[in-house]
Amino acid sequence: MIPRAKLKAQKVEAAQALLDGRSLPEGGAWITRARKDARARLQTMGLPVKRDEYWKYTDPRRLTDAAAQDARLHDMGDEAPLFDSFDRVRLVFVDGVFDAGASDALALDGVEISTLTEAGAHDLHWARDLYGVLEARGQSPVERTLASLNTAHATEGLVIRVTAKAEKPIAIIYQRSDPQSDAMVHHLVRVEAGAEATILENGPFAARFNQVMEVDVADGATLHHVRAQGRDHERAGVTHLFARLGAGSQLKSFTLTANGALIRNEGVVWLDGAEGSAHLAGATVGDGAFHHDDTVFVTHGAPRCESRQVFKKVLRGGAVGVFQGKILVDQIAQLTDGYQISQALLLDEDAQFLAKPELEIYADDVKCSHGSTSGEIDPNQLFYLRARGLSEDRAKLLLVLAFLAEALDEIADPDLAEDLRQRMEAWLERRA
Amino acid sequence: MLEIKNLHAELEEDSDVKILNGVSLSVKPGEVHAIMGPNGSGKSTLSYVLSGRDGYAVTDGSATLEGESLLDMEPEERAAAGLFLAFQYPVEIPGVGNMTFLRTAVNAQRKARGQDELSAGEFLKLVRAKAKELQIDAEMLKRPVNVGFSGGEKKRNEILQMAMLEPRMCVLDETDSGLDVDAMKLVSDGVNKLRADNRGFLVITHYQRLLNHIKPDVVHIMSHGRIVKSGGPELALEVEENGYGDLLAEGAA
Repeated sequence: MIPRAKLKAQKVEAAQALLDGRSLPEGGAWITRARKDARARLQTMGLPVKRDEYWKYTDPRRLTDAAAQDARLHDMGDEAPLFDSFDRVRLVFVDGVFDAGASDALALDGVEISTLTEAGAHDLHWARDLYGVLEARGQSPVERTLASLNTAHATEGLVIRVTAKAEKPIAIIYQRSDPQSDAMVHHLVRVEAGAEATILENGPFAARFNQVMEVDVADGATLHHVRAQGRDHERAGVTHLFARLGAGSQLKSFTLTANGALIRNEGVVWLDGAEGSAHLAGATVGDGAFHHDDTVFVTHGAPRCESRQVFKKVLRGGAVGVFQGKILVDQIAQLTDGYQISQALLLDEDAQFLAKPELEIYADDVKCSHGSTSGEIDPNQLFYLRARGLSEDRAKLLLVLAFLAEALDEIADPDLAEDLRQRMEAWLERRA
Repeated sequence: MLEIKNLHAELEEDSDVKILNGVSLSVKPGEVHAIMGPNGSGKSTLSYVLSGRDGYAVTDGSATLEGESLLDMEPEERAAAGLFLAFQYPVEIPGVGNMTFLRTAVNAQRKARGQDELSAGEFLKLVRAKAKELQIDAEMLKRPVNVGFSGGEKKRNEILQMAMLEPRMCVLDETDSGLDVDAMKLVSDGVNKLRADNRGFLVITHYQRLLNHIKPDVVHIMSHGRIVKSGGPELALEVEENGYGDLLAEGAA
């Protein structure tokens, strides 16, 4: 057993070693200040290590090592990119670097879009009030200092302000060209009162990636977030979604993950205003050398809010799925309606699911439920389908898709959900 | 059509539990046979062994459908060969729409039989017409398979599947269990509509009342995994009046 103080010293030392020789990126006064603060947070708290309670199920070394490991590029063959048939504003990053030439113009009615570099050079009040602010807030009660590293050193990202109902989705596309890319991207999104937007993210990102998205959803505003993380096998990455919700606002975030040596998606949501609604969902399909971690923390800080966490994983061939999900209900948050479900379908004996569902409730008039299960395909259902003439493979495919359906149901737009469902069906069919 | 000869089966996990001890019967095209018998006599096991459910080991005997051995086939091959089992407890499948399920099943079987798959339009027309006859509304077709269905709805859904799949040999496993009088009539009407010269039925039931609606040609009494007596419809009435006691004593003699 390593004493706490010694562990802390090791974490801090590791952070310092990573930061040594790295100077802060160039930028305007406000962003430089935010970066300095973030760097100081990282220096004080240190880098995560496997001995941290919060990293018990996921070894962070591939994310904290000085150098990224290579990851081969996945050949998509003749498969069309996801969301291709949707009318959207395309914003392309290649190996984590914004590619203006490959992107559409940064123009959409009711939406202001700029890059982090541009925004950092100007005194953009709302961006200043958001950049690193939610990340810093998210360091308590649990440290997530890879996000601080990102705030300090990310130079790439988009700064998006939504002032009305956006007429089409904003699609962020992460392409890869380099098997060795090590990317850090930091997005800011503010949805002004009563405004509404859909943000799509799609693509394998980089050989290693560290992403932060800070989201401020003002009173009565709505943000839909649908993400598909590509299919490259050997990648490692961590993403952080920090979202603050005002009164009567709504956030729906869905993530589809297939393949990846190590991917951790953290979702940190604060329901700050009354009657807010936050839904976080994920569907994960992994086979073989696959480790996927959903770590979610939803804080009910105001009365009459509703939150849902729906995470489904289909695992086989040694794949590991992790779910750490928490609902924290403050004393003031009466009449909270909180729901959390995490389930794994283990297709063989080598697959593993590790779950830590948590509720922490200080209000006395709330409705909170959580459940976590792992199991195999139900033999009765399988027999029923086969008795009706479906082949064993076809029947299993149907049952796997049925298992994932509850997570996909969290996507508000049925066309987007159907696009993802069909894609998943095609992937699973090819593997069967 | 369906020839069962000296069929012996035991539990796969425990070979001491012998459930079928030499069942023999023969259903000719156009005939309806009923199997009656007390609880634990092996009626439902017979339906599972015929349809290929895991968990049972056939140790002797044979079962053929139009000359083809069923016992060597996978469950889906038996379905494609024309066997249909209406389940005593239809299985709920959350996340799979009833319509998707029906269409996948119909097309899987058509494909296995070398027929063209039905287009979405053709399928929809067909399913609507058949559903209407069984008083299954559009809402029920949209819901996940059997989820939230009442007992009667589940059984009607089984008959709808039967009507859509047009099997040659239908095995109905206690289709009357959990049905009220009205539902029983609906289900029976559905079955009777499917009676045809080239189709056989094996109706497994505990009670005689279903046989008032679905009139059998032959009634078999099953006990301890064996057919102990066969006869006409009057045999079912005898059971209704006197119970199984006398018949079984007679069979054992």
